[in-house]
Amino acid sequence: MAAPVFAFVLHKDGKADDTAPELAAAARLMRPDAQRVAIVTGADAGVDAVCQELAASYAEVWKFSGDVLAYPNAEIIRALLLKILPKGCTLLLPHTTFGMDLGPGLAVKMDAAYIPDVTAFDGVDGTTLKAVRQEFNGQVSTHLACDISKGAVISVRSGCFPAGESASVGGQVIDKSPEIGELSARRRFVELLQAEVGDVDITKEDVLVSVGRGIGDKENLPLADDLAKAMGAVVSCSRPVVDAKWLEKSRQVGTSGKTVKPKVYLALGISGSFQHMGGLKGNPFIVAVNKNPKAPIFQMANVGVVADVLEFVPELTEKIKTAK
Amino acid sequence: MEILVCVKRVPDSAENEIEVKPGGADIKRDDLVYSVNEWDNYAVEEAIQIVDRVGGSVTVATIGNEDSEEVVRREMAMGAQNGLMLVDAAFEGSDGRGIATVLKAAVQKGNYDLVLTGAQADDGAAQVGGMLAAMLDWPYASLVNMIEVQDKKLRIGREIEGGNQEINEILLPCVLSIQTGINEPRYVGIRGIRKVASVEIPVMNASALGVDAAAVGQAGARVKRLDYFVPPAGAGAEMLEGSTDEIAAKLIELLKAKGGLK
Repeated sequence: MAAPVFAFVLHKDGKADDTAPELAAAARLMRPDAQRVAIVTGADAGVDAVCQELAASYAEVWKFSGDVLAYPNAEIIRALLLKILPKGCTLLLPHTTFGMDLGPGLAVKMDAAYIPDVTAFDGVDGTTLKAVRQEFNGQVSTHLACDISKGAVISVRSGCFPAGESASVGGQVIDKSPEIGELSARRRFVELLQAEVGDVDITKEDVLVSVGRGIGDKENLPLADDLAKAMGAVVSCSRPVVDAKWLEKSRQVGTSGKTVKPKVYLALGISGSFQHMGGLKGNPFIVAVNKNPKAPIFQMANVGVVADVLEFVPELTEKIKTAK
Repeated sequence: MEILVCVKRVPDSAENEIEVKPGGADIKRDDLVYSVNEWDNYAVEEAIQIVDRVGGSVTVATIGNEDSEEVVRREMAMGAQNGLMLVDAAFEGSDGRGIATVLKAAVQKGNYDLVLTGAQADDGAAQVGGMLAAMLDWPYASLVNMIEVQDKKLRIGREIEGGNQEINEILLPCVLSIQTGINEPRYVGIRGIRKVASVEIPVMNASALGVDAAAVGQAGARVKRLDYFVPPAGAGAEMLEGSTDEIAAKLIELLKAKGGLK
């Protein structure tokens, strides 16, 4: 039997993170014959509920409960993992802001390989793992090969390993809290600041006209405003528009912005990075307008138009107005 | 504060259609528009603003070839005092760990309090900053979108999911990876670039850095890229074609049917 595959699972309010079943699915795909072990850390009563929940999809759940682990500070978690993980093991992380914080440094300290943001596995041949990831903002994919005999830390992209329905594996929870011991780090968590509330709540809108980098300049935003007005929609945006300070952060759709569930989503000059699409739920009807025919958004949209937003949008707005 | 900012020259994926060469050995690079990695540009701006507030100097370093020099000069034109080129055939084909190994050597040749990287670059790996910190045994924080200098430490914000911000205190020296949007990078005009055109930029190779050539580059890479490919297109979008007028008419029909027009 192959060595176990570990997964680090985050949780909130007594519930495992959405990535937990995806990590289990990824582990199964990577090494079908390996035992799956979940690692859960925390300090409150919710930890036990999370461990019970995970025992359905992991053969073992290692629980570490202690005050020092109250907040998942990656620098503290790294110190813990270096203490408790067996040498040469494989650890799966979600490619989230936590995974990005923890993974690279952990791999160096474990002297293990690091494979970030994996979208698919292509099997293990001896000790060589083959996997797929993307580059250039999703425009191109790559196959890669990696010797995992000295261990591996692998972060997996959310949404790429659907959990599917499977019977409970009836795993057991093992309380390893006594192994925590002393943990220290030169970085201290202070507090969480909640995102500001904006003038409109894009999460409640049925129709969104969303602008991306392709809008080119703040001066062009009225084009989107006019179209939204004609459609009875609200304007949202992708990250570059907020970075450039053209629109408020509260208008941003994506994993680092808002999660929206519109019925219709009109994406203007948005390339369709996975971080952006991660904020789009509820299977909306997506229309994409982009001048780059290779833009990843055309793979995810229902309808596409290859055009310059600045030329196409005013014409569309006029036509909607006259049609009314 | 002595600050090192690590930058990379990359094809601008917002401006380019990236295509794969037949056989998949590389992407077609001949006609690509290159620029400084967007995240790195924010990192340089942040370093300059810190030095403006508390004093010190900013050094911009890159691993690359002679083409990368334009990127270092551009960032110096923003106001970074020093440039540093890390150039050696042995560095080519490095994985993230190889890049971090070279940067670690460069950090140790200097006397830095703070090292900044972009949160990620063209390969989307978001790995070099964290690896570099671990190799130096310095504390690390990723996706930083706020920095406040305090006594021997920094108060920083990390951008996390949902637009929330995680506030931390981190001791110096440390490595931070910088998220876009942390500031508004200044514009660099042709005049600014001319001003630094003749500034000498030191170049260091593997032996000057004391880097074992076998530990970096293609030979030292643990993660090996086998090929580039474009996944077989799924159903994808139904592409509307015709004149702008025809496309707009079709689109309006579809939007009406789906409840997109109120």
